[in-house]
Amino acid sequence: MKFDIYDFTSFTQWIDQSLRSVMAPFWVMITEMAIIGVAILAFYALVGLFLVYAERKVCAFMQNRVGPNRVGPYGIFQTIADLIKLLMKELVYIKNADKLLFNIAPFIVITASFLAIAAIPFAKGLHAIDFNIGIFYVIAVSSLGVIGILLAGWSSNSKYSLIGAMRSGAQIVSYELSVGLSLITMVILAGSMQLSTIVEAQANGWFIFTGHIPAIIAFVIFLIASTAETNRGPFDLAEAESELTAGFHTEYSGIRFAFFFLAEYMNMFIVASIAATIFWGGWMPFHVPGWEGFNTVMDYIPPFLWYIGKTAFMIFILMWFKWTFPRLRIDQLLTLEWKYLLPINLFNVVLMAFVVLMGWHW
Amino acid sequence: MAEFIQDIQQDEYLINMGPQHPSTHGVLRLVLSLKGETVMSVQPHCGYIHRGIEKMCERLTYPQIIHLTDRLDYLSAHINNHAVCMAVEGAMGVEIPERVKYIRTIMDELARIASHQLWWCSFGMDLGALTAFFYGLRDREPILDIFEESTGGRLIQSYYTPGGLMKDIHPGFQKRVKDFIKYFRKKIHEYDTLLSGNVIMMERTKGIGKLSKEDAISFGVTGPSGRGSGFACDVRKHHPYAAYDKVEFNEVLRAEGDSFARYSVRMDEMKESMNIIEQLIDNIPEGDFAVKMKPVIKLPEGEYYQRVEAARGEFGVFIHSKGEKYPYRFKLRSPNFSNLSALHTIAHGQKIADLVAIGASLDYVIPDIDR
Repeated sequence: MKFDIYDFTSFTQWIDQSLRSVMAPFWVMITEMAIIGVAILAFYALVGLFLVYAERKVCAFMQNRVGPNRVGPYGIFQTIADLIKLLMKELVYIKNADKLLFNIAPFIVITASFLAIAAIPFAKGLHAIDFNIGIFYVIAVSSLGVIGILLAGWSSNSKYSLIGAMRSGAQIVSYELSVGLSLITMVILAGSMQLSTIVEAQANGWFIFTGHIPAIIAFVIFLIASTAETNRGPFDLAEAESELTAGFHTEYSGIRFAFFFLAEYMNMFIVASIAATIFWGGWMPFHVPGWEGFNTVMDYIPPFLWYIGKTAFMIFILMWFKWTFPRLRIDQLLTLEWKYLLPINLFNVVLMAFVVLMGWHW
Repeated sequence: MAEFIQDIQQDEYLINMGPQHPSTHGVLRLVLSLKGETVMSVQPHCGYIHRGIEKMCERLTYPQIIHLTDRLDYLSAHINNHAVCMAVEGAMGVEIPERVKYIRTIMDELARIASHQLWWCSFGMDLGALTAFFYGLRDREPILDIFEESTGGRLIQSYYTPGGLMKDIHPGFQKRVKDFIKYFRKKIHEYDTLLSGNVIMMERTKGIGKLSKEDAISFGVTGPSGRGSGFACDVRKHHPYAAYDKVEFNEVLRAEGDSFARYSVRMDEMKESMNIIEQLIDNIPEGDFAVKMKPVIKLPEGEYYQRVEAARGEFGVFIHSKGEKYPYRFKLRSPNFSNLSALHTIAHGQKIADLVAIGASLDYVIPDIDR
């Protein structure tokens, strides 16, 4: 491979070996887990802060506004200032709220998004875990967040919260199906569930280009369903500012509210990452079979930049949705899923299997 | 509330929407009885911003009353004042100059456009399309600038006075109004592309929140909300006042009576208002901007009523005078109060999300309900 200069595998193996030379295998494992944990935590916080800033800027751009521009150059420290404010705010306890569940709920939501981020390949070899059933893992852990949302709504002792949580439950459980099936469609094309293998398989062209019509259908469905799953955009019924004030997190204040907020943005990041990985080749540079010179030039762009670029593009699309469309109603939302997306998706799986069997993909 | 609780059925629950809620557009409190997400009944509770304006007016002279009627439906402040001024002028038998009539008509229509723009903003926001809010406010700004230039006020102007206007219009008024109309004719297409033609928006409003023509008439739902149900109630058309008899315009009517009909009536009314202004703006006659009135206006004994078409419906002023400088009894017929009374009939059996959309399509201004 030409892009070995950007391969993180040798770097991580060097860390592993140098640790093994100084301590026992058990302690090596513990140390590595700690390093990865801290790295992911730092990355998580940074991305979260940046996304909040990006959303405010994108939203301002769409609404003829300037957006944050007071704290630091171009307002880049605005989210940090907001974070400090949220940390210092009082944690309001609601009378007759279920204290235990009320406190646990934000942590469940944020943990679910932590778990999902572990499986995402950021660059070649830059992976926390490379499961052989990576896609299953991502689908499984990303649906854990709904438990936190349901608990938050239930334990708040508020009717608005409860309505928001029930909506969210119905919505996320339904749209899990579409997310799962559209990913399964791509698994048929890739022939593997391991995320690193899927990325490697796109060396000669990203799946969105090589997978013919079924890949494009799967991408569109994934885009719609994942927007719904992250409770964003036209599908933000669980929050529904104009109907339920803030839905399931109406009663949360201070840093616990910030956890929900952060988890929402990180879920958006995870969804965008998965879309980038499965459909747009992840960290794989843009290759055209036969154009050797062009491919070599593309290889010199670091894979991490490719990955970030594609993810940022997907995030921008998700933000574009949110700031353009009106909100759906709950029955329309479920109609869309069960009557339209699911049948199309099932048909699409068969279509993809057919395309792969006939060898029509490149 | 106590008798209301007895009315609700088993497995229904009560929820308080407001007085502090993002989409009641002020301090309106709606007690909803819900079954799941379905609204079984709506009980509006008014009075959270009641200021006793009608009673206060009984101790104010007629020129002073102008400054209070501004504060009813603050989005059609000009139009409210117009009604008071015409009632007083009619009672005094004063013939006001043509110039005043033209300027008042243009100002009223500008206020109507500005009001409908703000309604469009909040309609989008209530449906979850937050960007619409800023587009509407952007286009409302030039109108407020025009008001500010001539009247000194942006939201509430107190520009009309019994007998004419407080001041003459600014010399640049005509040019700026024409510029604005040119600008807004382009921008109103953007409204259609952003919201009106949107599939989700259509799904959310078409066939939702039906108000039949009979109900509209019996509840006294006037203005764009009534005309969305096919109730021809445009005071400008049927009882022309000021310069409305000199202009050609259509009364916008829709037969469907759903949220989308009320939406499209308002969208078309903005275009009609621009037509009216265009016909008048170049023909403002020369003359005085006010007739000389007595320093202390005393209305002859009797009862006087004057109605105008405000941005939200028929606005009426009833004055009972006993020959004093104060009115003996002052009563306002505010359009929003009657429009709100139909809310239960419209929203019964709809989803809670549709209740918000219906509320947005009825376009309340709470200070006008409570007075």
